[in-house]
Amino acid sequence: MQEITYREAILAALQEEMRRDDKILIMGEDIGPSGGPFKTCQGLYEEFGAARVRDTPIAETGFVGAALGLAITGYRPIAEIMFADFLGVCFDQIVNSIAKHRFMSGGKVKAPLVIRAIGGAGLRFAAQHSQTGESWLLSVPGLTIVCPSSPNEAYGMLRAAIRYDNPVVVFEHKALLSTKGPVDIGGPIPPLTGPKMLREGSDATIVASLAMVGRSLEAAELLAKDGIEAEVFDIRSLRPMITGPIVESVKKTNILLTVEEQAQVGGWGAEVAAQVTDAAFDYLDAPPGRVTLPDFPVPYSPPLEDSVIPSPERIAAAVKALV
Amino acid sequence: MKAKTTTRTAKTKVKPLTDKDRLALFRMMVRIREFEEEVQRSYLEGLVHGTTHLCQGQEAVAAGTGFVFRDDDYVGYTYRGHGHCLARGMDEEGAFAELFGRTTGVCGGVGGSMHLTDIDKGLIGAFGIVGGGLPVSVGAGVTAQMNGRGQLSATFFGDGATNIGAFHEAMNIAQVWKLPVLFICENNLYGEFTRINHSTPYEDLIRRAEGYAMNAVQVDGNDVEAVYAATAEAAARARAGEGPSFIECMTYRHRGHSRTDPAKYRDPKEVEAWLARDPLKLYEAALIKRKLLTREKAEAIIAEERARQRAASERAAAAPWPDTDTIDYAALTFA
Ligand SMILES: Cc1ncc(C[n+]2csc(CCOP(=O)(O)OP(=O)(O)O)c2C)c(N)n1
Ligand SMILES: [Mg+2]
Repeated sequence: MQEITYREAILAALQEEMRRDDKILIMGEDIGPSGGPFKTCQGLYEEFGAARVRDTPIAETGFVGAALGLAITGYRPIAEIMFADFLGVCFDQIVNSIAKHRFMSGGKVKAPLVIRAIGGAGLRFAAQHSQTGESWLLSVPGLTIVCPSSPNEAYGMLRAAIRYDNPVVVFEHKALLSTKGPVDIGGPIPPLTGPKMLREGSDATIVASLAMVGRSLEAAELLAKDGIEAEVFDIRSLRPMITGPIVESVKKTNILLTVEEQAQVGGWGAEVAAQVTDAAFDYLDAPPGRVTLPDFPVPYSPPLEDSVIPSPERIAAAVKALV
Repeated sequence: MKAKTTTRTAKTKVKPLTDKDRLALFRMMVRIREFEEEVQRSYLEGLVHGTTHLCQGQEAVAAGTGFVFRDDDYVGYTYRGHGHCLARGMDEEGAFAELFGRTTGVCGGVGGSMHLTDIDKGLIGAFGIVGGGLPVSVGAGVTAQMNGRGQLSATFFGDGATNIGAFHEAMNIAQVWKLPVLFICENNLYGEFTRINHSTPYEDLIRRAEGYAMNAVQVDGNDVEAVYAATAEAAARARAGEGPSFIECMTYRHRGHSRTDPAKYRDPKEVEAWLARDPLKLYEAALIKRKLLTREKAEAIIAEERARQRAASERAAAAPWPDTDTIDYAALTFA
């Protein structure tokens, strides 16, 4: 295990995979000689050259669509979306082409491509540069959607996503980029999808994604001081949504709380709640709870932004209201 | 530089600048420069949060175009839009307060540096998504056309934005509908850290307009009077119902793309050449030559504007933060 940052973990995964397979190439804005606005591609251009590390014009529709063209003709492209918010620009390519192309071909083509989108609030980037975007694509069959919450997950899931033979959208979080954690460099490729339990507990089940995972673990520590032991899951993948282990947990704790950094309506928490209710209705001691952002855009002003992002205290209070 | 143009002469004559106008243009450029310098200083002090995109070096575009607009015109712009807001008379204290995230900000601290907006002043919005504002300005152009009062809709964007679909769709619609829209491209040769020759097949973006059979002109964007003249001409056409224009202003940003960017990717010779063509220095020299200004008088104006921005920023920094308990997000989000 090596202690590295989330940013370094992304870079390590890209580097390793590109060394392994010369069919992998990456496209994005300012990812060439300048190494990416968030420095997630630093050194790739120098190592792999301009043909495989492509600086694109500001043209998300163009290069995300091109990723599909590359994928169905034998390459394994990665597209970097600098801010997840800009997925809005290439939405059509993703939902109408990338997600459906194999299906429409009668299962004949293969589209192994990865779209990396760096999103999230907390850095005072205001309403158009702070969205996680993680549920925007939730209702689109044909996509695989994952959201790494730690350096190790970023490293592992990105490698798994690159090796997967279908389109994967990887939601990364900019507030996590500088966070450090142990990473199993060169270790086995983890499963691309499915939740992971990060803390065991008997009194409540908390399910979170991206930056909310760390905050939920902090909330669990706060709750432990009051004698409440929370079991904490990182949801990891939103599509497919795999809730089996969460259902088993709820059967033990009888309480479910989801925590996500986006508005409640249309969020993945609703789907987790529905699936858990379907499978373990009789076990629930309270209706499933959801902690989310308010149903409004993200404000710029620091005190406002801080107050809308779920804090460990708010998460802990939500658990207490349920137990 | 020599201006390229595909402009047919507008039927309406452009109003020549008076000496008073010239001094006002100079002062506006100084104001924008000093505002941005104060933003930079405030950023380093921790008063501005997240990121900010400054326009030092591009003041002649904001001042020269802004001088043409009427109070009832619509102006759209980008995250690099502080200058356009000031040129339209946005209150500086309100602008600083917005950048500082305070309740007295022009958007109540909710919008931030990238989204300074004041619809009452015809400042229809700052768009953070590259190209995102252009179709919106087309819509305002339809309103202007429907109103039939000779209004226009101007939209500012960078060289990089001409590579995105929204630009092309907006240009095409505006031309087909003969809308009174001015597409004003601030060609500062860079989109973030990438020089134009790496992202675009040519550096003269006026060529973009040919594909849409749109009236177009390329001007020295560091020559405020040239910017004024080209804009005034295009505005006269638009107001007379002769349709949209594309105005390419060749300019340069003195600083990096945003606050964290030291702009090391630029050739020092290129930077030096453009710094030597600082629009403020060029115009100061021109006005001294016209005997409208002396070095001392220019310094006095600079000192006045510096003090003015400093005072506005200090007042803004003393303003309260928004109250997290009483803020009404619903009212902010929905009418
Ligand atoms: C759709 C979209 N893609 C990428 C970005 C990130 N971005 C912000 S500004 C910028 C460069 C824009 O360059 P240009 O249009 O020349 O304007 P300038 O910044 O030079 O004023 C980029 C790539 C964005 N905001 N929106
Ligand atoms: Mg530019």
